[in-house]
Amino acid sequence: MIAGARKSALPGFGATLGITMVWLSLIVLIPLAALVLRPWELGIAGFWHSITDPRVLAALRLSFGAATLAAAVNVPFGLLIAWVMVRYRFPGRGLADSLIDMPLALPTAVAGIALTALFAPNGWIGALFAPLGIKIAYTPLGILLALIFVGLPFVVRTIEPVIMDLPAEAEEAAATLGATRTQTLRRVVLPALGPALLAGFGAALARGVGEYGSVIFIAGNMPMFTEIAPLLIIIRLEQLDYAGAAALGLVMLMVSFGILLLLNLLERRVGRRAA
Amino acid sequence: MFSHRLTRRSALGATLGLLAAGRAKAADTTLLNVSYDPTRELYRDINRAFAATWQAKTGDRITINQSHAGSGAQARAVLDGLQADVVTLALGADIDALAKRGLVAADWETRLPDHACPYTSTIVILVRKGNPKSIQDWPDLLKPGVAVITPNPKTSGGARWNFLAALAWAQRQPGATDASAEDFMRRLFRQVPVLDTGARGATTSFAQRGLGDVLLAWENEAWLVCKEFGADDFAIVSPSLSILAEPPVSLVDSIVDKRGTREAAQTYLEYLYSRQGQEIVAKNYYRPRDTEVAARYAERYPAIPMVTVRDFGGWDVAQAKYFADGGLFDRIFTPGK
Repeated sequence: MIAGARKSALPGFGATLGITMVWLSLIVLIPLAALVLRPWELGIAGFWHSITDPRVLAALRLSFGAATLAAAVNVPFGLLIAWVMVRYRFPGRGLADSLIDMPLALPTAVAGIALTALFAPNGWIGALFAPLGIKIAYTPLGILLALIFVGLPFVVRTIEPVIMDLPAEAEEAAATLGATRTQTLRRVVLPALGPALLAGFGAALARGVGEYGSVIFIAGNMPMFTEIAPLLIIIRLEQLDYAGAAALGLVMLMVSFGILLLLNLLERRVGRRAA
Repeated sequence: MFSHRLTRRSALGATLGLLAAGRAKAADTTLLNVSYDPTRELYRDINRAFAATWQAKTGDRITINQSHAGSGAQARAVLDGLQADVVTLALGADIDALAKRGLVAADWETRLPDHACPYTSTIVILVRKGNPKSIQDWPDLLKPGVAVITPNPKTSGGARWNFLAALAWAQRQPGATDASAEDFMRRLFRQVPVLDTGARGATTSFAQRGLGDVLLAWENEAWLVCKEFGADDFAIVSPSLSILAEPPVSLVDSIVDKRGTREAAQTYLEYLYSRQGQEIVAKNYYRPRDTEVAARYAERYPAIPMVTVRDFGGWDVAQAKYFADGGLFDRIFTPGK
C-alpha cells in the first residue's frame, strides 16, 4: 500500500487502480460473493450434510485426485517439450508450437468426444488395449487422459519464457567447472526453473479441477466411481437444488484456493532459495 | 445535459421498439418450443406442417423455434428465464416444477385431453444384431457379462421412465417386497458401465461407440436407432411389462401472456391432437392417442402390458421416493448398505 502510494514515474495511478478495482469486483468478486452467500439457505447442518455425502466426497476425491495426477504427469513432459521448443531449431517447429496450443483452442466438448471415440473399446487406440483387459474410456484412466490433454499447454507456456531467460552460458560454465550433465541439470537448471514448474503445476491443476466439457464424455459418470464434482453440481442444478449446487461449488472454490495459496507460498520459497 | 440526451435516446429506442413489435404482431409470429432430447425429428416435422396450416387459415406467417436438451435442464432453463411459449417435456414432474413456481397454471394437466400428453411411448430393450446374449425380458439383464446402457435418472427424463419400468417389473414378481425390488435395481445398475446425462447421449454410446449389449430406451428412440444405423444391426425386444411413458405439453402462461402469443401457442398444442398432427406423431415412432391413426400403424406397436406413473402415486411421490437426494437411486450407489 505504502509503496504503491509513492509517486510513480507514470501518470494515472489513481484512475488505473480505480478501473482495476471496479473490474475485479464486477468480473470476479460479485459472482464469487453470490456463490459464498447462496449455500447458507440450507443452514449450517444442511450445508454440512450436503457436502459430506459419500457420493460428494467420492466425486471431490476423484476431481482433485485426477487433476493433481494429471498436473504431475504434465510437469516433466511439459518441461521436456518447453526445453525442446526453446533450445532447438528443427523443421516443423512452428507447427509443433501451434499444436501445443490446440487443447486451449479446441472447444472442450470436441476434445472430449474425439478422445472418447479414440479410446472407447471400439476406437482406434482403445481397441488395442481392450484385448489386454485395459479399459481407458469410461474409467478414471480416461478422466486422467482428458485432464492431461487440457492441462499440457498451461505447463509448457508457463515454463517456456523462463527457459528463454536462462542463459546457456550458465550450463556451459557449470560444465567447464567440471560438473557432469546430471549435476548441471540438478544444481543449475532445475533450481532456476523451480518456481515456473510449480506455477505450471498450479495452473494445470486449477484447470483440471474445474474441467467439465472434455471429461464428461469420456468419464462414464458412474456415481462413486467416475462421477466428477462439476457433474454433481450440474445434477444438483437440474434438480433445482441451487443451494446444494452452490455448497459444492463453494467447497471446490475453497479447496482450490487453499491449494493455489500453498503453491504460491512454496513458489516464493523455492524462488528465494534459487536466488 | 447528459441525462437529457439519455432520455431522448431511450425514448427514441422505445418508439422504434414499439413500431417493430406492432409490425411483428400483424404478420409474423414466432414461438419457442422448449422440448427434451429425442424429439428433434418429431417437432421438425410438426413445426413445418403447422406453419403451413396456420398460414392457410390466417394468412399470417408463423415460425416455431425448437430447443432440445435433457428434460430437467430445459425446465431449469425456462425457470431461469428462457422465453418458452410452450414446453413439451419428457415427464410431468418437470412441468410441475414450473407450475410450483408460478410460470404455468396449476391445472395444466387438465387443460388438454389425455393428461396433456398428445402422444405416448414406452420403454423397450434394444439389443444388437441376432440378440447374441438372448435377452428376452428384464431378468435377463442381470445375467453375468451383460452390459446395460441407460442414462442418469438424475438428469434424464427418459432414464426415469427406464428406471420405473424396470422397478414396476421387479415389484410385481411373486413374493416381491420393497427390499427385493431395491435389490433388483441395485443389481441392474451394477451392469451399467456408463451413465450418460441424456437419452441421446446413451443412444450414441450404444449405437456409435459400440458400448454395452443392451440399451434401455424410449420406443421411439429405439425405432430411430434402427432407422438411422440400419435395422439389420439392432433388434427391439418388448419386455413382459413396461410403463406407459407420457411426455406432457403445456403453455407457459407467464410468457405467452407477456408476449401476446397465447392464441397461437394454444392452437399449436391443439394441432398435436389433430388427425394430421397424430399422423406425424405416428410417423416419428411415437404412439398416437387417436385410435384410428394408431390402428393404421398397429404392427409397429406391439401390445405390451404397461403400468403408468399413476401406479407409483404420480410424479410427486415417485420423484421423492426414487430420484430425490437420498432416494432409491442414490441408495443403490451407496456402498455398504
